[in-house]
Amino acid sequence: MTTRIVELRRGILKKNDELAAGLRQRFTSAGVLVLNLVSSPGTGKTAFLELTLRELRSRGAKAAALVGDLETDNDARRLAASGVPVRQINTHGICHLDAEMVTKHIEEWKEVSLAGLDYLFIENVGNLVCPSSYDLGERIRVALLSVTEGEDKPLKYPGLFNSSDAAVITKVDLAGPCGFDRDLALKNINEIRPGIRIFETSAKTVAGMDEWFAYLAEKAQLS
Amino acid sequence: MHELSIAASIVEAVTESASAYPGARVKEVRLRVGALASVIEDSLQFCWELATEGSPVAGAKLVINMLPVILHCDACGMDSQIEGVQSFRCPRCGELAADLRQGRELEIESIELEEPDAGEAPVGAPSPVEEHL
Repeated sequence: MTTRIVELRRGILKKNDELAAGLRQRFTSAGVLVLNLVSSPGTGKTAFLELTLRELRSRGAKAAALVGDLETDNDARRLAASGVPVRQINTHGICHLDAEMVTKHIEEWKEVSLAGLDYLFIENVGNLVCPSSYDLGERIRVALLSVTEGEDKPLKYPGLFNSSDAAVITKVDLAGPCGFDRDLALKNINEIRPGIRIFETSAKTVAGMDEWFAYLAEKAQLS
Repeated sequence: MHELSIAASIVEAVTESASAYPGARVKEVRLRVGALASVIEDSLQFCWELATEGSPVAGAKLVINMLPVILHCDACGMDSQIEGVQSFRCPRCGELAADLRQGRELEIESIELEEPDAGEAPVGAPSPVEEHL
């Protein structure tokens, strides 16, 4: 009997990474800015996205959204009210979206052509851990946290916050009643991801949304 | 809890690589996992047996080498390992540092195979004696 060591040096998620690289290339050549929205369940991703889609549409931008959930198409129906194309991805128990699901849904999405879009939002499954391992080909990964979740979320989930390009604090209209310590939250985000752009928003009062739209417009220009 | 998906991806990759060595048994699979890879060591070990069951990798030991975060500091120009993942500051000069040089790895480093010598039956194949029992 002989023992042999075979060096592999291979990414465990190599297949996902290759598919994601293919998607990124397609998105870039179509000139569409793709954002992957990640947060815990209940942070308000859907309300934030609803407002974003509505406003982009009223500004004449072409946006669309893919929305991931374990089950139901409730979020897709909610988002479709904004008047932009929306497609639901049901993962049936899988806790994250992966590049294969995104590829499949983009190919099957006949009413949407990437080249005709300015923005594509991908709302990930509500989860702060698993989505951070799966590249979806996005240009911008957005981590969201609400004021009701506590200021230490970034410290508890450094994998996500460190790999994100922007952070959005939601429900700032509830900051007072929740005793939310804004300075501490900003400090914690910055300790985990130094220099990240942070938006402090409310889908109810639309606070902070102007800065968000300015950021989107600036990033889309580079697409 | 995506460790089961991760374990399944490892089994797929190892099965593919090991198929180049017919008759060999996979004894050990060695991983390099960064502290920021969002993979929990215990959960991955827990899923390992389930994911390998009935596959050519069944019975193989999973060895997980956890890698700390290494930051490059723009202020002092040094690469340094940090303790934990709670503060991304250069341990030498105390400046915040966003440039990650290690910590997100999720890799299969190597596999250890047990191969039959020439003339020997493949590993795991029943011996002639057993066949007649």
